[in-house]
Amino acid sequence: MNGFPVLTILTFLPFAGALAVSFLRPKKRTLARGLALGFSLGVLALTLLLWAGFNTSAAHLQFEESYVWIPSLAVRYHLGIDGLGLLMLLLSAIVVPMAMLASWHIQERAPLYFGLVLFLQTGLIGTFTALNFFHWFLFWELSLIPAFFLIRLWGGPLRVPAATQFFIYTMAGSVALLLGFLAIFFATGKFDFMDLAQMGRDGTLVSALADKLGWTQMSSSTLALVIFFGVFLGLAVKVPIMPFHTWLPAAYAEAPTGTSMLLTGVMSKMGLYGFLRILLPVFPGQLQWMRTPLLWLAVITIIFSASSAFAQRDLKRVLAYSSINHLGYCLLGIFAVMGSGALLQDPQVEKAAALNGVFLQMFNHGLTAASLFWFAGFLERRGGGLRGLDDFGGLRRVAPVFCGLMGIALFASLGLPGLNGFVSEFLIFKGAFPLSTWATGLAAIGLLITAVFILSILQRVFNGPLNVKWSTFSDLSITERLAVLPALGLMLILGIYPQLLLGMFNSTVLEMVSHLRF
Amino acid sequence: MSVIVHYLWLIPVLPLLAAGLSALAKQRQRVFAASLAIGSMALSLLLSCWAFGLTLSQSGAGHLYRQVVNFRWFQIGDTWVKLGWMLDPLAAVMLVMVSLVGLLIFIYSVGYMRDDENFTRFFCFLSLFGAAMLGLVISNSLLLLFICWELVGLTSYLLIGFWYHKPAAAAAAKKAFMTTRIGDLAFLLGMVWLYSATGTLLFYDSGKGCLETDALINLVTQSTSLGIAASTGISLLIFCGAIGKSGQVPLHVWLPDAMEGPTPVSALIHAATMVAAGVFLIARVYPLMAPLPGGPLGSGAALKVVTWVGAITAFFAATIAVAQSDIKRILAYSTVSQLGYMMLGLGVGGVAVGMFHLITHAFFKSLLFLGAGSVIHGCHEEQDIRCLGGLRKYMPITFATYAVGTLALCGFPLLFSGFWSKDDILHSARVWNGSHWPFYLGVAGALLTAFYMTRQVYYVFFGSCRLALGQTTASEQRTVEHAGLPARRHPHDELPPGPRESGRVMAVPLILLASFSILLGFLGTPAWPWFQGFLTGSRPVLAFGSLLEPAILGTMALSTLMVFLGIALGYWFYGRRALAGAQAPDPLEHVQADIFVLLRRKYYVDEAYNWAVVGLNAWCAKASDWLDQHIWSGLVQALVFVVTGLSWLNRFVDEVLFNRGFDGGCGGLTQGGSLMSKLQGGRVQRYLRLAGIGVVLLVLLLVWGCRAS
Repeated sequence: MNGFPVLTILTFLPFAGALAVSFLRPKKRTLARGLALGFSLGVLALTLLLWAGFNTSAAHLQFEESYVWIPSLAVRYHLGIDGLGLLMLLLSAIVVPMAMLASWHIQERAPLYFGLVLFLQTGLIGTFTALNFFHWFLFWELSLIPAFFLIRLWGGPLRVPAATQFFIYTMAGSVALLLGFLAIFFATGKFDFMDLAQMGRDGTLVSALADKLGWTQMSSSTLALVIFFGVFLGLAVKVPIMPFHTWLPAAYAEAPTGTSMLLTGVMSKMGLYGFLRILLPVFPGQLQWMRTPLLWLAVITIIFSASSAFAQRDLKRVLAYSSINHLGYCLLGIFAVMGSGALLQDPQVEKAAALNGVFLQMFNHGLTAASLFWFAGFLERRGGGLRGLDDFGGLRRVAPVFCGLMGIALFASLGLPGLNGFVSEFLIFKGAFPLSTWATGLAAIGLLITAVFILSILQRVFNGPLNVKWSTFSDLSITERLAVLPALGLMLILGIYPQLLLGMFNSTVLEMVSHLRF
Repeated sequence: MSVIVHYLWLIPVLPLLAAGLSALAKQRQRVFAASLAIGSMALSLLLSCWAFGLTLSQSGAGHLYRQVVNFRWFQIGDTWVKLGWMLDPLAAVMLVMVSLVGLLIFIYSVGYMRDDENFTRFFCFLSLFGAAMLGLVISNSLLLLFICWELVGLTSYLLIGFWYHKPAAAAAAKKAFMTTRIGDLAFLLGMVWLYSATGTLLFYDSGKGCLETDALINLVTQSTSLGIAASTGISLLIFCGAIGKSGQVPLHVWLPDAMEGPTPVSALIHAATMVAAGVFLIARVYPLMAPLPGGPLGSGAALKVVTWVGAITAFFAATIAVAQSDIKRILAYSTVSQLGYMMLGLGVGGVAVGMFHLITHAFFKSLLFLGAGSVIHGCHEEQDIRCLGGLRKYMPITFATYAVGTLALCGFPLLFSGFWSKDDILHSARVWNGSHWPFYLGVAGALLTAFYMTRQVYYVFFGSCRLALGQTTASEQRTVEHAGLPARRHPHDELPPGPRESGRVMAVPLILLASFSILLGFLGTPAWPWFQGFLTGSRPVLAFGSLLEPAILGTMALSTLMVFLGIALGYWFYGRRALAGAQAPDPLEHVQADIFVLLRRKYYVDEAYNWAVVGLNAWCAKASDWLDQHIWSGLVQALVFVVTGLSWLNRFVDEVLFNRGFDGGCGGLTQGGSLMSKLQGGRVQRYLRLAGIGVVLLVLLLVWGCRAS
C-alpha cells in the first residue's frame, strides 16, 4: 500500500516552488515566472507519468498512502486516487500552466503572484488526493487563502468587496460542512471517506447518528438529513448551485485573468468533486430522498444562469454565468443518477452514461472556460481595460486570428460536435433523459439560451462594422497563438477522440454505479 | 464487400482535409485554396459515382442493396458507443447529387467570388460544408448524422455571415443558427430517447440496429405517459429537427434571411443540399416514422404530422413569395415551399416520392440561384427585381438557363423534371386516405408557384432595363447605410456600364445544371419509375400504358391546368404591358392592396416572433438578473451582515480581553488584532512567509506523527 509516495511529492512539489518563487526579490520578474512555469510543467509531467502508471481497468484506489497521523482523533494521512482523482489532477496540472501563461504580463509583485498560484495548486492537488476528511478539509480551506489574495491584490477596481464576499461566502459554506463532519465524527469516530462511504451504503451511519445524537430529540432520518444539508451547503456554495452563487460573478469578473482561469477551471470543480467523492457515497439515501427538489434546483441553476448570462454586458460576467450554467449540467447528471426512471429496462447503463458525462464535462468545462477567460484577458488588455460587449464591434476585420481562435473556444462552450463540450453534454443528456425526463427536457432550454449569448458575443464583439476606435487593435502575436494552441488542440482532440479520457475513469464510474442500485 | 464500401469514409474526409489545409493557407493563396476545394470535391464525385455504380449493379428485383461498416467510438460503462457509415441507394443518390451540385457550385464560385478579399476563407468554409454534408449522407448512426447535421449548421452560420461587416448578414447568421437550434434540441432529445429505448443509435447493425424489426416492434409496443407509442414520440422529436433545418412552418423564418450570404452559398446550402437534409433525415428514419407498414397500426401518427406540416408550408410559403421583390428572397420562399412539397411527398407517398422531388429540386433550384447570382453579379449587386428588367437582351445565356429552371420549378408539362416529381407528390396526395386538404393545398401551391415565377421572370428579364446606371444602386445604398463602409465594388467598373453577361466559369455550370433540370425528370415518370424502383429495391418496367391510367392522367391534367393558369395570370398582370418604373406599385397592389401588404410583410411572422420569443428571452434575462441582484444577493448581504457582526464581536473579544494580557509577551504580534490592515502593501509577503512556515511545520508534524505511529 505504501509504495513510493508519489502523491505526496506531487502535492508538495508546487509548494516547494511557491516557497522558492515567493522568496525572490520583487524585481526578479523573469526568473520568478520562468521558475513558476517550470514547476507547474514539472507537476504536469509528473501527472502524466502518474497517468501512464495508472491501471485504468481497475476500479480500486491506486497510489495509496496511508499513515496514522493523530491516532486519538482517527486522523490518518490517507492519500489515493481513482479515475476521478486522476482526472482532476490532470485538469489542474493543465490549467495552472495556462493560468501562468495568461499572467505573464503581471508586473506588480510578480514573484508573490506566481508563488501564490503554485500555493493554490498545492491546495488543489491536496484536495483531489486526500481521502481523510481532516486533511482534505485542510487543503480545501488552504486553497481559499491564495485565491483570496490573488483577487484582493491583483484584481480589478471592485476587487476588495469581491474578494471579501468570495472569502466569507465560501467560508460560511465550509463552516456548515465542517459542522456536519464533526457531527459525523462524534457519532462514528471516523474521518476516513472510505469507511464513511461503507457506513453510508449499509445504513449504519444513520443508526450511529441516532445512537450518539439522540439527545437532539430528532428522528434518525431527520438527523441524517440535517447533517446532509450541512455538507451539501458547503459544496453547493463552491460549485455553485443557485441561489448560493452570488459571490461568483463578482469574484470571476474582478479577479485577474489568470486567477479567473484557476477559479473557473479548477476551483469550481472542487465542489463537484466533493459531491462525487463525499455526498454521493456517504449520503446516498438522503440524496435519493431529496432527488426531486435537487433536480429542480439543478434545472433552475441551468436556466437562470443562462438567462442571467444573456443579461450581462461585461464579457467576464457573461463567462462567469456561463460557467455556472455548464456546471449545472453536471449537477443534473449527478442528481439524475440517484433514482431510476419509469421507461427503462436497464437503468445502470443510463447511470453509467450520465456519470461518465459528468466526469467528462468537469474536465471539458475546466479547459474551455479557462481558455475563454484567457481570451477575455487578451481582449481586456488590448482594450485598455474595457471588456463590455458593446465596447467593441467588427474586430474580426483587424484581428481575424483572434476571432477565429476565440470562436473555436466559444463553439466548444456552446457544445458544437467535433469539439469537446458536445460529447459530455450528449452523455449527460443521454443518461439523464430516461432517468428524469422532464427535468432533462427543461434543461435543454439552457442549451438554447447558451447558444443565444455565445452567438451574441460573436456578433457584438467581432461582427458588424469595425468600430473606428479599434482600427489599430492588434491581432494575436505568434507567441500568444502558440500559447493558446495546445488548449484549443486538446478541445479538438477530445471532441474527436473522447475515449482518451473516458478510458481513464470508466472503471471508476462503473464502480460508483454498482453502488447505486435503487 | 466491395472496396469502395470500406473506403466510403474518404468521400467526406477528402473535402475535410481540403478545408483543414486551406484554413492554414494565407489570404493571398487563392489558387491553392480554390484548386484544393475543387479537386477534393471532384475526387469525392468520382468516388461517389463509383459507389453509385456499385449500388446500381447490385440492386435487383426485390432486394435492397445495403452495406454497413460500423466502428467503436468510445466506451461508457460496459457498452461501446458505435458509429458507422453505410451505402444504400438512398445514400448513393444523395452522394452523387451533393458532390455533383457541390462541384458545379464550387467552380461557379471561382467566378462569383473573384473580387472578394476573403476568397481563401470562402473555399475553406465551402469545403468544410461539403465534408459535413457528405458525412451526413453516409452516416449509419443517428449520432454521427447529428454531428454532421450540427456541422453543416455551423458552416451555414459561417457562410451566411461571410460578409460579417454587414450587420444584416451578422444578424441573419445568428438567426439561422438559433432557429435551427430550436429544432436541433428537440432532435437531440429524440435521439437520446431513441438511444435509451433501443440501446443503440446505429441504423443497421445486422438485426440489432434501431431501424430494424426487433427494435421497431419494441418501440411500437412501448407506450409513454402521454399515451402515444414511443416510436411516435421519438419520430416527432426528430421531425422537429427537420422542421428547423428544412425551414418548415413555424421555423421557416431563418431561410429567407439567410439570403444575406453570397449567392453560391444560397444555391448550395440554402437550396440544394443542407435545407434538404431535413427531408433526407425523414427518409433515412422512415421505418421509425411509419413503423411496420401493413401492421395493425398502419401509417404512423408521425407521418400525418409530416404531411400536414409539409402541405401547409408548401402553400403558405408560396403565398409569401408572390409579394416579395428581392430576387433571392422570392427564390428562398420558393425553396421553403418546395421543401414543404417534399415533406408532403414523404408523408403521403413514401421515401421515393419525396426523394425524387428532392433530387430534381436540387438541380433546378441551384440553377435558379446561380442564375440569380449571375444577374446580381452582372447588374452591380442589384437584387431588387423592380430595379432590374430587360436583361433578356444583355444576358442571353443566363436568361435561357433561368427560363429552363423556371419551367422546371413551375412543373411545365412533360419536358421538365419538376413536372414529374411534383406530379408524383400530387398524385400520392390525391389517393392519400387521411384527408383531401393536403392535396388541395398542394394544387393551390402549384398554381402560385407558376404565378410568382412568371412574375419574377417578367420583372427581371422582360421590359426595359430599369437599372439605375451611374448611381449607387438600392442595395449598395443599403450596405453603405448599415455598414458605414464603402460597398463591395469591382475594381474595373468606375462607372458601371450596362448589365453584362457573366464569364465562362459561371456560364458552364449554369448550362450543365439546366440540362440536368430537364433530363432527370425522365428517370421517374409513371411510365418508367426507375428512380422509385432504385430506392425501394424493385426493378421498374417500361409501361407507357400507366401514363394513361385515369387517376394518373387526371392528376397530370389538373396540375398542367394549374401551371398554365399560373403562367397566364402572371402574364396578365406583368407581361401585357411594360412596368412603369422601379418606383411604381406592383400591379397586384391595385387589385388587393391589403392582402398584398400582408403577404409582402410575410404575415408579420417575424414581427410576432420578435415580440414573443425574443421579447420573452430578454424579459427572462432581465428577470433573472434582477433576482440575482436583489433577491439572492440580498440573502447574502444579510448573511454578510450577520458574519460581520460576529467578527466585530470576535475582534472586540480579541482586542479588549485577550490582547491586553498578551501584548507584553509578543513584541512582533502587537497589531495582530487588526490583521486586515497588515495585509496591505508589502507586508503581505511577510504574512505569506509566515503561512508558508506554518505549513512546513504541519508537514514536519505529519512526518513526526507517522514515525511515532
